[in-house]
Amino acid sequence: MNEPNPSFFARIPMAVGAFFKTLFNAEYAASIRRLDQSAALGVEHGVAEPAAVSPLKEMSADSALQFLGLLQRDGRFVDFIEEDTSAYTDTEIGAAARVVHEGCRKVLREHISLEPVRTEQEGARVTVEQGFDASATRLTGNVVGQPPFTGTLTHRGWRASDVNLPKIAKEHDVTVLAPAEVEL
Amino acid sequence: MSETRFAIGIDLGTTHCALSYVDLDASDGEHVSQHVFDIPQLTAPGAVEERPLLPSFYYLPHPDEFPATDLSLPWTQTQDCITGELARERGAQTPIRLVASAKSWLCHPGVDRRAPILPADAPEEVGRISPLEVSKRYLEHLRDAWNTRFPEAPFVQQDITVTIPASFDPAARDLTAEAANAAAYDHLTLLEEPQAALYSWIQGTGGDWRKQVEVGDVILVIDIGGGTTDLSLIAVVEREGNLELHRVAVGDHILLGGDNIDLALAHVVAGKLSAQGTQLDPWQLRALTYGCRAAKELLLNDNAPDNAPIVVPSRGSRLIGGSIRTELTRDEVVNTVLEGFFPHVESAAKPATRARSGLTQLGLPYAQDAGITRHLAAFLTRQSEATSDLEGFSNAFPEGATFLHPSAVLFNGGVLKSKTLGERVMNVLNDWLSKENAASARLLEGADLDLAVARGAAYYSYVRRGGGVRIRGGTAQAYYIGVESAMPAVPGIAPPVQALCVAPFGMEEGTDTALPPQEFGLVVGEPVQFRFFGSSVRRHDEVGTLLEHWSADEVQELGEIEATLPAEDRPIGEIVPVRLHACVTETGTLAIEAIPRSGNEHWKVEFDVRGQG
Repeated sequence: MNEPNPSFFARIPMAVGAFFKTLFNAEYAASIRRLDQSAALGVEHGVAEPAAVSPLKEMSADSALQFLGLLQRDGRFVDFIEEDTSAYTDTEIGAAARVVHEGCRKVLREHISLEPVRTEQEGARVTVEQGFDASATRLTGNVVGQPPFTGTLTHRGWRASDVNLPKIAKEHDVTVLAPAEVEL
Repeated sequence: MSETRFAIGIDLGTTHCALSYVDLDASDGEHVSQHVFDIPQLTAPGAVEERPLLPSFYYLPHPDEFPATDLSLPWTQTQDCITGELARERGAQTPIRLVASAKSWLCHPGVDRRAPILPADAPEEVGRISPLEVSKRYLEHLRDAWNTRFPEAPFVQQDITVTIPASFDPAARDLTAEAANAAAYDHLTLLEEPQAALYSWIQGTGGDWRKQVEVGDVILVIDIGGGTTDLSLIAVVEREGNLELHRVAVGDHILLGGDNIDLALAHVVAGKLSAQGTQLDPWQLRALTYGCRAAKELLLNDNAPDNAPIVVPSRGSRLIGGSIRTELTRDEVVNTVLEGFFPHVESAAKPATRARSGLTQLGLPYAQDAGITRHLAAFLTRQSEATSDLEGFSNAFPEGATFLHPSAVLFNGGVLKSKTLGERVMNVLNDWLSKENAASARLLEGADLDLAVARGAAYYSYVRRGGGVRIRGGTAQAYYIGVESAMPAVPGIAPPVQALCVAPFGMEEGTDTALPPQEFGLVVGEPVQFRFFGSSVRRHDEVGTLLEHWSADEVQELGEIEATLPAEDRPIGEIVPVRLHACVTETGTLAIEAIPRSGNEHWKVEFDVRGQG
C-alpha cells in the first residue's frame, strides 16, 4: 500500500477492464461488493492490519484543574485574568498583581521544583553538542550545518525537576476552581 | 529482640505540631540518622498534602459544610472534624467552630480541662470538646499518619518523647501524659521544650558542642513561639572529666508570642485605614495580618526601605477593583515591634501587671505586659541564685550583681528567625551585662528554629537508650501542700496556712522522696482537697520543711490536689491518718500518693484540673 495511487489516465483502462470483468465474472463481482461495504465502514482496503496507534495522548484534565484551583486559591489567578483591566490604572493593577505574584509564586514553590535547563548566564556564548536533546534546547536564527553549534543563550529555559501535587479525594469535584462563598 | 526501630520526638506546640524520628539501626553514637516526618493533612476540602508542620488547630464543621468524602485522610474516610492546615484556614473564616491554642487551655488553672469547653465562644449547637480531648486528637493524627507510612514499624512499639513547655505545672504535665496515654502512646517520656532545643543544637554540632561551650557557661534558652514565650537556664558543669548539662531554672508560663506581634501590627495598619474611612471585616484583618508578617521582615532588615506596600485582597472576584492597597512604614514597625515587644529596658525592669477585674470573661490568661525583654529581666533577676549550688559558677553571679549573668544564648521559636529581633534581644541582654562589667553573652549558632524541638525530642529518645549527653534537670520547682496551723480559732480570721514541702527542687525522673513526718487525716469515701504550692527559687527545702510565711514572688499557689480514700473494707466516714509521698515517674510527671500509717496500700492524689471558677 506504499505504492503511489494510479494516475487518471492509467485508471481508464483499469475501469474498462473492471467493468467487463464484473459483468462476466460472479466471483469478481462479489469481491467488488465486499470492497464497497468495507469502504463504507471506514475499514482500509480489506487488509486485516491492526489499527494504527496515534502518537498523541489525551491528557487528564484533573491535575490541570487542580493546579488552576491552587493558583486561584492562593494567588487569585482566575479572578485576575478574568477581570477587565482597561478600567483601572496601572497602580491599581500593580497592587492586585502583588497578590497574584506572591500567591502564585507560593503555589509554584510548594508544588513544582524548578531548575533552569542551562546554567550559564543569559547572553553567554554556549555550545550545543552533538546529540543534544531537541526538546530541551531550541535552536533559532541561522540554523544550518552540523552540531556542535555555537550561539548566544537567549533564555535559560525551565525544567520541572519534581512535581508534588496534593492527593485528592476520589469523589472530589475538581471542576470547581473556587467555590461560591456565602457568609451567614 | 526489641521491636523498637525508631526513636520519635513530637513537638506538641501551641500553634504547630511536628514529628521527627531517628532510625536506630542506621545510627551509632554521634552519627545519627534523623528525619523530619512530613505529616499528611487536609489543606483544602478533598486535598491531602504532606507538610513538616501540622498547625495545632481543630475545626468542628457543620454537618452540611463539606461533601462527605472531602474530609478523607489516607487512614480514614469517616472523620467529622478537621485537624491541621484546613482547620486553621476554615477557622479563620468561621471562628465559632475553631479550637485554637488548646495547649494554653490545658495549663489554664481556672477551667475544667476535662470538660467540653472549647471553642469557648461557640453557640449552643456546635458540639464542644475538652482541652484534653483536643490534645489527644492531635496526638492521634500523628500516630495514624505514622502507622500509614510505616505499617511495618507500628507507632505503639517505638520510643516516643513528647515535649511540653518548661513552665508547665504538674497538673498540665499530668494531663499531657494522660492525653498521650489515651492516644495509645505506650513508651512515652515528656521533655521540656528548651531542653529539646538544646539537644537539637548539640546534635547539630556533630560532637563539636564540647568545644563551643565550657565548664562554667550558663546557657539561656529563649524560646519565642507563635503563642508562648518560655525561658530556661542550663549550666555546663564537669563531672568525672566529662561535660554535663544541668537545667537549673525555668521561667513562668508567658502567653505571648509571634501571633501577638503580627496582630499588633495589623491593628496599627487597620487603625490607619479606618482613619481614612475604610473599615476592615475580620476576614480582611486576617489577610492584613499575613501581609504585615511579610512586610515586617522586609522593614526590619538592614538597609530596609522606608515603607512596604501591603495589599488586602478583595473577598469578591473583582480582585483589582476590590483590593485595598495600604502600606506599613519602618517607623511603625520599629515602634510597634521593637519598642512594644522588645524594648530597651533596665535589668531591674519588671513586667507590668494590673489587677484583673472580677468580671473578666473567662479566657486565656494572656500576658498583660507585651515587653518580652521585661519578662526576661524579671526572670534573670529572680533566678540570680540558680547556680549558687554548683561549683565554678562564681562568674555567673559575682559580688554586687543584680541578676544572673548568662554566658551563652540559644534561640528557639519562629519569632527569632528575624535577624533584627534576635539582635535586639542580644543587644538588650549584653547592655545589662556590660553595666555590671560582665562579658557579653554569645549566641549559639546553627539552630533550626522551627523544627528544633521535634528534632531535639527525637534525639533525646535516642540518647535515652544509652550513649550521648543527657541534660540533667529534674523538677524545676519545689512543691508544697497547704497545712492549716493548729491555733485557737479567732472569729473572722482564717487560720494561717503553712506550706509543707512534699517534693524538693530538682527531683529527677524515676526518683522518689522520703516520707514527710507529718500526717493528715483522710475521711474514707470523701474527697479531701489540699492547697498546693510551687516555688521555682527555693532550692534547699527538703521533704518535711514547713514554711510559716513566704513572699508572693517566692511561692505561688497552683491548682488544688485532691485525695479520695475508697471505702473498700473501711467504714465510710472513718478518719485514716496518712502521709503524702511524692515521686517523679519515668514519664516525667509528678505523682503524689497517700500512704496510711499501717499496711502497704497507697492511693493516688489527683491534681485538680477542674478549675476553681
